[in-house]
Amino acid sequence: MVDSKDADRRDATRAGGGNPEKGGDSLEARRKRLATELAARSVPETPEVEGREKPQGFALAVKLSSEFVAGVLVGALLGYLLDRFAGTTPWGMIVFLLLGFCAGVLNVLRSTGAVSTPVPGSRSGSAEQDKHDQ
Amino acid sequence: MATDKVDPIHQFHLNDLIHVDIGGLDLSFTNSSLFMVIVAVVTAGFLYLTTANRGLVPTRLQSISEMSYEFVASMLRDGAGSQGMRFFPFVFSLFMFILVANLIGMVPYFFTVPSHIIVTFAFSMLVIGTVIVYGFWKHGLHFLNLFVPSGVPGALMPLVVAIEVISFLSRPISLSVRLFANMLAGHITLKVFAGFVVSLGSMGALGIGGAILPLAMTVALTGLEFLVAFLQAYVFAVLTCMYLNDALHPGH
Repeated sequence: MVDSKDADRRDATRAGGGNPEKGGDSLEARRKRLATELAARSVPETPEVEGREKPQGFALAVKLSSEFVAGVLVGALLGYLLDRFAGTTPWGMIVFLLLGFCAGVLNVLRSTGAVSTPVPGSRSGSAEQDKHDQ
Repeated sequence: MATDKVDPIHQFHLNDLIHVDIGGLDLSFTNSSLFMVIVAVVTAGFLYLTTANRGLVPTRLQSISEMSYEFVASMLRDGAGSQGMRFFPFVFSLFMFILVANLIGMVPYFFTVPSHIIVTFAFSMLVIGTVIVYGFWKHGLHFLNLFVPSGVPGALMPLVVAIEVISFLSRPISLSVRLFANMLAGHITLKVFAGFVVSLGSMGALGIGGAILPLAMTVALTGLEFLVAFLQAYVFAVLTCMYLNDALHPGH
Protein backbone atom coordinates (compact mmCIF):
# COMPACT_ATOMS: atom_id res chain seq x y z
CA MET A 1 0.00 0.00 0.00
CA VAL A 2 2.90 2.30 0.68
CA ASP A 3 4.21 1.20 -2.69
CA SER A 4 1.06 2.28 -4.43
CA LYS A 5 1.20 5.63 -2.65
CA ASP A 6 4.79 6.00 -3.76
CA ALA A 7 3.93 4.98 -7.28
CA ASP A 8 1.17 7.59 -7.38
CA ARG A 9 3.58 10.20 -6.19
CA ARG A 10 6.11 9.18 -8.81
CA ASP A 11 3.44 9.29 -11.48
CA ALA A 12 2.37 12.68 -10.28
CA THR A 13 5.89 14.01 -10.63
CA ARG A 14 6.22 12.36 -14.01
CA ALA A 15 2.95 13.85 -15.16
CA GLY A 16 3.97 17.22 -13.76
CA GLY A 17 7.41 17.26 -15.30
CA GLY A 18 6.83 14.98 -18.23
CA ASN A 19 6.11 17.30 -21.13
CA PRO A 20 9.37 18.73 -22.38
CA GLU A 21 7.73 20.17 -25.50
CA LYS A 22 6.23 22.96 -23.43
CA GLY A 23 9.43 23.48 -21.42
CA GLY A 24 10.17 26.84 -23.03
CA ASP A 25 7.26 28.56 -21.32
CA SER A 26 8.43 30.15 -18.11
CA LEU A 27 5.16 29.41 -16.30
CA GLU A 28 5.43 25.77 -17.34
CA ALA A 29 9.05 25.70 -16.21
CA ARG A 30 8.11 27.21 -12.88
CA ARG A 31 5.24 24.78 -12.40
CA LYS A 32 7.59 21.93 -13.23
CA ARG A 33 10.09 23.17 -10.69
CA LEU A 34 7.33 23.49 -8.10
CA ALA A 35 6.17 19.93 -8.79
CA THR A 36 9.67 18.51 -8.36
CA GLU A 37 10.23 20.51 -5.19
CA LEU A 38 6.91 19.39 -3.75
CA ALA A 39 7.78 15.81 -4.61
CA ALA A 40 11.17 16.18 -2.97
CA ARG A 41 9.49 17.52 0.15
CA SER A 42 6.94 14.77 0.40
CA VAL A 43 9.61 12.05 0.22
CA PRO A 44 10.62 12.17 3.92
CA GLU A 45 7.10 10.99 4.87
CA THR A 46 7.76 7.56 3.45
CA PRO A 47 10.45 6.22 5.82
CA GLU A 48 8.27 7.21 8.76
CA VAL A 49 5.48 4.97 7.51
CA GLU A 50 7.92 2.21 6.66
CA GLY A 51 9.36 2.47 10.15
CA ARG A 52 6.15 0.91 11.47
CA GLU A 53 7.45 -2.59 11.08
CA LYS A 54 4.29 -4.53 11.83
CA PRO A 55 1.50 -3.08 9.67
CA GLN A 56 3.88 -2.72 6.77
CA GLY A 57 5.09 -6.31 6.95
CA PHE A 58 1.67 -7.83 7.41
CA ALA A 59 0.01 -5.66 4.80
CA LEU A 60 2.78 -6.50 2.34
CA ALA A 61 2.38 -10.21 3.04
CA VAL A 62 -1.38 -10.06 2.47
CA LYS A 63 -0.93 -7.98 -0.64
CA LEU A 64 1.66 -10.21 -2.30
CA SER A 65 0.06 -13.49 -1.36
CA SER A 66 -3.37 -12.32 -2.51
CA GLU A 67 -1.89 -11.22 -5.84
CA PHE A 68 -0.25 -14.60 -6.36
CA VAL A 69 -3.15 -16.74 -5.19
CA ALA A 70 -5.60 -14.71 -7.28
CA GLY A 71 -3.63 -15.45 -10.45
CA VAL A 72 -3.53 -19.18 -9.78
CA LEU A 73 -7.21 -19.28 -8.80
CA VAL A 74 -8.36 -17.48 -11.93
CA GLY A 75 -6.20 -19.76 -14.08
CA ALA A 76 -7.66 -22.84 -12.41
CA LEU A 77 -11.19 -21.49 -12.77
CA LEU A 78 -10.74 -20.71 -16.47
CA GLY A 79 -9.22 -24.14 -17.06
CA TYR A 80 -12.04 -25.84 -15.21
CA LEU A 81 -14.71 -23.95 -17.15
CA LEU A 82 -12.98 -24.68 -20.45
CA ASP A 83 -12.81 -28.38 -19.63
CA ARG A 84 -16.40 -28.37 -18.50
CA PHE A 85 -17.80 -26.78 -21.64
CA ALA A 86 -15.32 -27.85 -24.33
CA GLY A 87 -14.72 -31.33 -22.96
CA THR A 88 -10.93 -31.06 -23.15
CA THR A 89 -10.30 -32.65 -19.74
CA PRO A 90 -7.62 -32.47 -18.39
CA TRP A 91 -5.70 -30.26 -20.81
CA GLY A 92 -7.52 -27.01 -20.17
CA MET A 93 -6.88 -27.30 -16.45
CA ILE A 94 -3.19 -28.13 -16.96
CA VAL A 95 -2.51 -25.34 -19.42
CA PHE A 96 -4.53 -22.66 -17.63
CA LEU A 97 -3.17 -23.59 -14.22
CA LEU A 98 0.34 -23.05 -15.59
CA LEU A 99 -0.71 -19.79 -17.22
CA GLY A 100 -2.37 -18.77 -13.98
CA PHE A 101 0.85 -19.48 -12.13
CA CYS A 102 2.68 -17.23 -14.58
CA ALA A 103 0.03 -14.54 -14.16
CA GLY A 104 0.34 -14.83 -10.37
CA VAL A 105 4.11 -14.40 -10.53
CA LEU A 106 3.63 -11.48 -12.91
CA ASN A 107 1.12 -9.90 -10.49
CA VAL A 108 3.57 -10.23 -7.60
CA LEU A 109 6.46 -8.80 -9.63
CA ARG A 110 4.23 -5.94 -10.73
CA SER A 111 3.03 -5.08 -7.28
CA THR A 112 6.59 -5.06 -5.94
CA GLY A 113 7.55 -2.81 -8.84
CA ALA A 114 10.08 -5.29 -10.27
CA VAL A 115 8.20 -5.33 -13.59
CA SER A 116 6.57 -2.32 -15.18
CA THR A 117 2.78 -1.97 -15.37
CA PRO A 118 0.98 -3.55 -18.38
CA VAL A 119 1.53 -0.84 -20.97
CA PRO A 120 4.66 1.16 -20.16
CA GLY A 121 3.51 4.35 -21.89
CA SER A 122 -0.06 4.14 -20.63
CA ARG A 123 0.19 6.15 -17.40
CA SER A 124 2.27 9.03 -18.74
CA GLY A 125 0.38 8.80 -22.03
CA SER A 126 -2.91 9.22 -20.20
CA ALA A 127 -1.59 12.28 -18.40
CA GLU A 128 -0.62 13.80 -21.72
CA GLN A 129 -4.00 12.96 -23.18
CA ASP A 130 -5.64 14.71 -20.25
CA LYS A 131 -3.65 17.80 -21.02
CA HIS A 132 -4.92 17.68 -24.58
CA ASP A 133 -8.48 17.16 -23.39
CA GLN A 134 -8.27 20.22 -21.23
CA MET B 1 -20.85 -18.35 27.60
CA ALA B 2 -17.16 -18.23 28.53
CA THR B 3 -16.20 -20.14 25.38
CA ASP B 4 -18.37 -17.75 23.38
CA LYS B 5 -16.39 -14.82 24.64
CA VAL B 6 -12.99 -16.34 23.92
CA ASP B 7 -13.91 -17.82 20.55
CA PRO B 8 -12.30 -15.37 18.10
CA ILE B 9 -14.47 -16.46 15.18
CA HIS B 10 -17.77 -15.96 16.96
CA GLN B 11 -17.91 -12.28 16.04
CA PHE B 12 -18.18 -13.14 12.35
CA HIS B 13 -21.23 -15.39 12.65
CA LEU B 14 -24.20 -14.39 10.58
CA ASN B 15 -27.51 -14.47 12.42
CA ASP B 16 -30.87 -14.11 10.75
CA LEU B 17 -32.69 -11.18 12.26
CA ILE B 18 -35.71 -11.40 9.97
CA HIS B 19 -36.04 -14.70 8.18
CA VAL B 20 -37.02 -14.24 4.54
CA ASP B 21 -37.23 -17.22 2.22
CA ILE B 22 -38.37 -16.57 -1.34
CA GLY B 23 -38.69 -19.64 -3.52
CA GLY B 24 -35.95 -21.55 -1.66
CA LEU B 25 -33.66 -18.53 -1.88
CA ASP B 26 -32.48 -17.39 1.53
CA LEU B 27 -32.92 -13.61 1.50
CA SER B 28 -32.87 -13.20 5.27
CA PHE B 29 -32.09 -9.87 6.82
CA THR B 30 -28.96 -10.75 8.81
CA ASN B 31 -26.82 -8.84 11.27
CA SER B 32 -24.52 -8.12 8.33
CA SER B 33 -27.41 -6.52 6.41
CA LEU B 34 -28.34 -4.55 9.52
CA PHE B 35 -24.84 -3.12 9.77
CA MET B 36 -24.75 -2.34 6.07
CA VAL B 37 -27.92 -0.33 6.55
CA ILE B 38 -26.40 1.36 9.61
CA VAL B 39 -23.23 2.18 7.64
CA ALA B 40 -25.23 3.64 4.76
CA VAL B 41 -27.44 5.65 7.10
CA VAL B 42 -24.49 6.92 9.15
CA THR B 43 -22.51 7.90 6.05
CA ALA B 44 -25.37 9.57 4.21
CA GLY B 45 -26.72 11.15 7.40
CA PHE B 46 -23.34 12.52 8.42
CA LEU B 47 -22.65 13.98 4.99
CA TYR B 48 -26.17 15.40 4.75
CA LEU B 49 -26.28 16.94 8.22
CA THR B 50 -22.79 18.43 8.04
CA THR B 51 -23.46 20.07 4.69
CA ALA B 52 -27.14 20.97 5.24
CA ASN B 53 -26.54 24.51 6.52
CA ARG B 54 -23.13 24.95 5.05
CA GLY B 55 -21.18 28.14 5.50
CA LEU B 56 -18.36 29.70 3.60
CA VAL B 57 -16.29 29.23 6.72
CA PRO B 58 -16.83 25.54 7.45
CA THR B 59 -17.57 24.24 10.89
CA ARG B 60 -15.44 21.37 12.16
CA LEU B 61 -17.83 18.69 10.97
CA GLN B 62 -18.41 20.39 7.65
CA SER B 63 -14.66 20.49 7.08
CA ILE B 64 -14.53 16.72 7.67
CA SER B 65 -17.02 16.28 4.82
CA GLU B 66 -15.07 18.68 2.65
CA MET B 67 -11.81 16.96 3.46
CA SER B 68 -13.20 13.57 2.50
CA TYR B 69 -14.46 15.06 -0.75
CA GLU B 70 -11.09 16.67 -1.50
CA PHE B 71 -9.25 13.52 -0.52
CA VAL B 72 -11.18 11.25 -2.87
CA ALA B 73 -11.25 13.86 -5.65
CA SER B 74 -7.48 14.33 -5.63
CA MET B 75 -6.94 10.59 -5.43
CA LEU B 76 -9.15 10.10 -8.46
CA ARG B 77 -7.49 12.91 -10.41
CA ASP B 78 -4.05 11.49 -9.67
CA GLY B 79 -5.05 7.94 -10.46
CA ALA B 80 -7.31 8.32 -13.47
CA GLY B 81 -6.80 11.85 -14.75
CA SER B 82 -9.41 14.59 -14.90
CA GLN B 83 -11.64 12.38 -17.05
CA GLY B 84 -11.86 10.03 -14.12
CA MET B 85 -13.98 12.58 -12.28
CA ARG B 86 -17.08 11.19 -13.97
CA PHE B 87 -16.61 8.19 -11.70
CA PHE B 88 -16.38 10.37 -8.62
CA PRO B 89 -19.79 9.43 -7.16
CA PHE B 90 -18.95 5.76 -7.54
CA VAL B 91 -15.48 5.94 -6.00
CA PHE B 92 -16.62 8.28 -3.24
CA SER B 93 -19.52 6.03 -2.23
CA LEU B 94 -17.29 2.98 -2.31
CA PHE B 95 -14.56 4.65 -0.25
CA MET B 96 -16.93 6.11 2.32
CA PHE B 97 -18.88 2.89 2.68
CA ILE B 98 -15.77 0.77 3.23
CA LEU B 99 -14.20 3.34 5.54
CA VAL B 100 -17.29 3.75 7.69
CA ALA B 101 -17.95 -0.01 7.70
CA ASN B 102 -14.37 -0.63 8.86
CA LEU B 103 -14.57 2.04 11.53
CA ILE B 104 -17.98 0.92 12.80
CA GLY B 105 -16.59 -2.59 12.99
CA MET B 106 -14.06 -1.29 15.52
CA VAL B 107 -16.81 -0.64 18.08
CA PRO B 108 -17.02 -3.59 20.49
CA TYR B 109 -19.91 -5.99 19.77
CA PHE B 110 -20.46 -4.43 16.36
CA PHE B 111 -20.29 -6.47 13.20
CA THR B 112 -17.53 -5.78 10.67
CA VAL B 113 -19.15 -5.86 7.25
CA PRO B 114 -15.95 -6.14 5.12
CA SER B 115 -14.74 -9.14 7.14
CA HIS B 116 -16.81 -11.38 4.85
CA ILE B 117 -15.16 -12.13 1.53
CA ILE B 118 -18.46 -12.21 -0.35
CA VAL B 119 -19.06 -8.57 0.56
CA THR B 120 -15.61 -7.40 -0.55
CA PHE B 121 -15.85 -9.62 -3.62
CA ALA B 122 -19.13 -7.95 -4.55
CA PHE B 123 -17.40 -4.56 -4.22
CA SER B 124 -14.52 -5.60 -6.43
CA MET B 125 -16.81 -7.23 -9.00
CA LEU B 126 -18.70 -3.95 -9.13
CA VAL B 127 -15.43 -2.16 -9.81
CA ILE B 128 -14.17 -4.57 -12.43
CA GLY B 129 -17.63 -4.78 -14.02
CA THR B 130 -17.66 -1.00 -14.33
CA VAL B 131 -14.18 -1.09 -15.87
CA ILE B 132 -15.12 -3.75 -18.43
CA VAL B 133 -18.52 -2.29 -19.37
CA TYR B 134 -17.26 1.27 -19.58
CA GLY B 135 -14.08 0.21 -21.40
CA PHE B 136 -16.00 -1.64 -24.12
CA TRP B 137 -18.70 1.04 -24.33
CA LYS B 138 -16.19 3.85 -24.69
CA HIS B 139 -13.42 2.22 -26.72
CA GLY B 140 -15.10 -0.79 -28.30
CA LEU B 141 -12.63 -3.50 -29.27
CA HIS B 142 -9.82 -0.98 -28.82
CA PHE B 143 -10.21 -1.75 -25.11
CA LEU B 144 -8.60 -5.13 -25.78
CA ASN B 145 -5.32 -3.30 -26.45
CA LEU B 146 -5.02 -3.36 -22.67
CA PHE B 147 -3.98 -7.00 -23.00
CA VAL B 148 -1.45 -6.48 -25.78
CA PRO B 149 1.81 -5.11 -24.43
CA SER B 150 4.00 -3.36 -26.96
CA GLY B 151 7.32 -4.81 -28.09
CA VAL B 152 6.53 -8.49 -27.67
CA PRO B 153 7.72 -10.88 -30.41
CA GLY B 154 4.83 -12.35 -32.44
CA ALA B 155 5.53 -15.94 -31.45
CA LEU B 156 5.13 -15.15 -27.77
CA MET B 157 2.06 -12.98 -28.26
CA PRO B 158 -0.69 -15.59 -27.59
CA LEU B 159 1.06 -16.68 -24.41
CA VAL B 160 1.58 -13.14 -23.18
CA VAL B 161 -1.98 -12.12 -24.00
CA ALA B 162 -3.36 -15.15 -22.13
CA ILE B 163 -1.24 -14.27 -19.10
CA GLU B 164 -2.31 -10.64 -19.27
CA VAL B 165 -5.98 -11.64 -19.45
CA ILE B 166 -5.62 -13.93 -16.43
CA SER B 167 -3.73 -11.21 -14.62
CA PHE B 168 -6.56 -8.77 -15.36
CA LEU B 169 -9.22 -11.23 -14.23
CA SER B 170 -7.31 -11.92 -11.03
CA ARG B 171 -7.56 -8.28 -9.99
CA PRO B 172 -11.01 -8.44 -8.40
CA ILE B 173 -9.93 -11.50 -6.42
CA SER B 174 -6.74 -9.98 -5.08
CA LEU B 175 -8.58 -6.72 -4.41
CA SER B 176 -11.29 -8.41 -2.39
CA VAL B 177 -8.97 -10.84 -0.62
CA ARG B 178 -6.74 -7.99 0.51
CA LEU B 179 -9.53 -6.01 2.16
CA PHE B 180 -11.20 -9.09 3.62
CA ALA B 181 -7.98 -10.69 4.93
CA ASN B 182 -6.82 -7.49 6.60
CA MET B 183 -10.11 -6.94 8.38
CA LEU B 184 -10.56 -10.58 9.35
CA ALA B 185 -7.00 -11.08 10.57
CA GLY B 186 -6.98 -7.82 12.47
CA HIS B 187 -10.18 -8.58 14.32
CA ILE B 188 -9.13 -12.15 15.11
CA THR B 189 -5.77 -10.96 16.45
CA LEU B 190 -7.50 -8.36 18.57
CA LYS B 191 -9.93 -10.91 19.93
CA VAL B 192 -7.22 -13.48 20.67
CA PHE B 193 -5.14 -11.01 22.66
CA ALA B 194 -8.19 -9.70 24.46
CA GLY B 195 -9.08 -13.33 25.21
CA PHE B 196 -5.66 -13.80 26.85
CA VAL B 197 -6.49 -10.96 29.21
CA VAL B 198 -9.70 -12.68 30.30
CA SER B 199 -8.19 -16.14 30.71
CA LEU B 200 -5.05 -14.89 32.47
CA GLY B 201 -7.08 -12.58 34.69
CA SER B 202 -9.11 -15.52 35.98
CA MET B 203 -5.93 -17.23 37.24
CA GLY B 204 -5.47 -15.21 40.40
CA ALA B 205 -3.00 -12.49 41.38
CA LEU B 206 -0.11 -13.74 39.26
CA GLY B 207 -2.43 -14.05 36.27
CA ILE B 208 -3.66 -10.50 36.68
CA GLY B 209 -0.05 -9.33 36.75
CA GLY B 210 0.67 -11.32 33.62
CA ALA B 211 -2.47 -10.05 31.93
CA ILE B 212 -0.94 -6.59 31.68
CA LEU B 213 1.17 -7.70 28.73
CA PRO B 214 -1.69 -8.85 26.47
CA LEU B 215 -3.71 -5.85 27.63
CA ALA B 216 -0.98 -3.50 26.43
CA MET B 217 -0.85 -5.47 23.21
CA THR B 218 -4.62 -5.15 22.80
CA VAL B 219 -4.46 -1.40 23.27
CA ALA B 220 -1.66 -1.14 20.70
CA LEU B 221 -3.50 -3.40 18.27
CA THR B 222 -6.66 -1.33 18.60
CA GLY B 223 -4.76 1.72 17.46
CA LEU B 224 -3.22 -0.33 14.67
CA GLU B 225 -6.64 -1.56 13.59
CA PHE B 226 -7.90 1.99 13.20
CA LEU B 227 -4.92 2.64 10.95
CA VAL B 228 -5.64 -0.53 8.97
CA ALA B 229 -9.33 0.38 8.71
CA PHE B 230 -8.44 3.65 7.06
CA LEU B 231 -5.53 2.31 5.03
CA GLN B 232 -7.50 -0.57 3.53
CA ALA B 233 -10.33 1.72 2.46
CA TYR B 234 -7.69 3.98 0.94
CA VAL B 235 -5.94 1.10 -0.84
CA PHE B 236 -9.24 -0.17 -2.21
CA ALA B 237 -10.12 3.28 -3.55
CA VAL B 238 -6.65 3.86 -5.02
CA LEU B 239 -6.73 0.54 -6.83
CA THR B 240 -10.24 1.32 -8.05
CA CYS B 241 -8.88 4.55 -9.52
CA MET B 242 -6.03 2.67 -11.19
CA TYR B 243 -8.40 0.17 -12.77
CA LEU B 244 -10.75 2.92 -13.90
CA ASN B 245 -7.72 4.53 -15.48
CA ASP B 246 -7.31 1.39 -17.58
CA ALA B 247 -10.94 1.69 -18.68
CA LEU B 248 -10.49 5.36 -19.58
CA HIS B 249 -7.13 4.99 -21.29
CA PRO B 250 -6.44 1.47 -22.53
CA GLY B 251 -2.92 1.37 -24.03
CA HIS B 252 -2.38 3.66 -26.97
